[in-house]
Amino acid sequence: MSISVENVNAWYGKKQALYDVNLAFEPLSVTAMIGPSGCGKSTFIRCLNRMHEEVPDARVTGKVLVDGVDIYARSIKPMYVRQHIGMVFQQPNPLPTRSIFENVALGPRINGQANGSSLKELVEHSLRQAALWDEVKDQLDAPATQLSGGQQQRLCIARAVANQPQILLMDEPCSALDPISTLEIEELIRQLKQAYTIILVTHNMQQAGRVADRTVFFLLGRIIEVGNTSEFFSHPQKKESEDYISGRFG
Amino acid sequence: MSTTMSTRKRTEPNPFRPQQSARGLQRHISNVLAIAFSTLFALFAVAVLIFLIVYILRQGIPFINLDFFTKLPTANGEPGGGMGQSVQGTLILVGLAALFGVPLGLFTAIYLSEFGHGRLANGLRFLVDLLNGVPTIIFGLFAWVLIVIPQQSFSGLAGGAALALIMVPIVARTAEDILRLVPRELREASFALGATEARTILRVVLPAARNGIITGIVLAMARVAGETAPLLMTAFGTTFWNTDITQPMDALPLRIFNFTLSPYQLQINQAYAGSFVLIMLILITSFAVRWFTGGFKRKF
Repeated sequence: MSISVENVNAWYGKKQALYDVNLAFEPLSVTAMIGPSGCGKSTFIRCLNRMHEEVPDARVTGKVLVDGVDIYARSIKPMYVRQHIGMVFQQPNPLPTRSIFENVALGPRINGQANGSSLKELVEHSLRQAALWDEVKDQLDAPATQLSGGQQQRLCIARAVANQPQILLMDEPCSALDPISTLEIEELIRQLKQAYTIILVTHNMQQAGRVADRTVFFLLGRIIEVGNTSEFFSHPQKKESEDYISGRFG
Repeated sequence: MSTTMSTRKRTEPNPFRPQQSARGLQRHISNVLAIAFSTLFALFAVAVLIFLIVYILRQGIPFINLDFFTKLPTANGEPGGGMGQSVQGTLILVGLAALFGVPLGLFTAIYLSEFGHGRLANGLRFLVDLLNGVPTIIFGLFAWVLIVIPQQSFSGLAGGAALALIMVPIVARTAEDILRLVPRELREASFALGATEARTILRVVLPAARNGIITGIVLAMARVAGETAPLLMTAFGTTFWNTDITQPMDALPLRIFNFTLSPYQLQINQAYAGSFVLIMLILITSFAVRWFTGGFKRKF
């Protein structure tokens, strides 16, 4: 699925967080958003599945076109958008009162996509896609909070994938994880790329270098530079980008 | 190396040992006094409470028997009899109160914590707080005007309504506080899967807050189980069995109130027994709630 944005501006109350963002994403690729804290990269990806408006007093203007359809059009419900554009958050947020199975089954259940044996298959498939199946297949009824941090995050990825979205948004998915879990998630991202368009926010420039096909650099709510990852890191076009990746600020 | 260490030890004062000076001594004394006074007053408050409970236990327990729960009061203080209709009435009245009060309070709480922004919500929250502080007899008066006068009769329904109105603000505010404690991340997890607000609340927020909400509801029920004033002008009381909620109905606090003023020693003794049962009822429900919800621990 192609996704592009036109003239997106976003606010928290009176404070503007994004200024005239224009960008197009390539299908079945990984795009990394990098930039210093508060540069608007998280706000930006939350605009892509209409999660930004869940923050009290937050506001968005502009267009987000998914296969040519503006997801902010009046006729489109935010719930529908989020069924097709999945999201993984910075902190693993499995639902604490539910089992491992129920966490993954939640999306298909509320959207009425599957039940009974087909639901079981879908849960297994999703857990396999998230490379978690072998570790949890004997304890599907255990509370999700029993899992380790890295396992919880892969569970959240399985939960997002179970909804069968076309686009997957990941908001710093590894920032709460140790290096080994981080490598596991990165390997997972490389595999998921074959089926999903992945948009990734990361603080970690090495991570962007390892997994992303394209890299977008944000600064103070504006896009400074967009490029193929290898070119962006070896030959940045803008001075701000060069200063940032060489560690002179941020 | 070792010699320098030892000389340093001798010259520098140990920071963990207070210096002996007049000011240091004064601070030490005021500190000890503060601890002593707060401990003393805390013990005093608890002692009064323990005295009260022990006194009621000692006065009440000898008169607790099966008859107390299964028989009606005797006329003119003749031996025997019990408060069966009061126990029955209290259960019915509290049940009625919960039936109307819990949904009202819970939906108010859901509105306030999940949807309420701006003036309407703030106004509503202020009103709920105000209702929490209104003397309970006013709620009795309200039910009296609204139900007893049109019906031309005291009734269990009027009593249940008065108790329900007392429950609403208690349930609403405790449940709202608990719902607010549910982290925003959990709501976002559900929203990000395409769930609507209604499904998110039903499937994610309420289950996460379940223990706290149940605790709040049961404590509110225990609280209204002990109310007397609003029942005086609504349920009124009776010395006969009654399950008809359109007729006057008895309640333990009402019977205790009546019997305490009685000239007969037997009825005064039974009032103590009633007090004992009421305290036990509240103690047992409180412990049962803690037991079933695994203490006041929250799972997030």
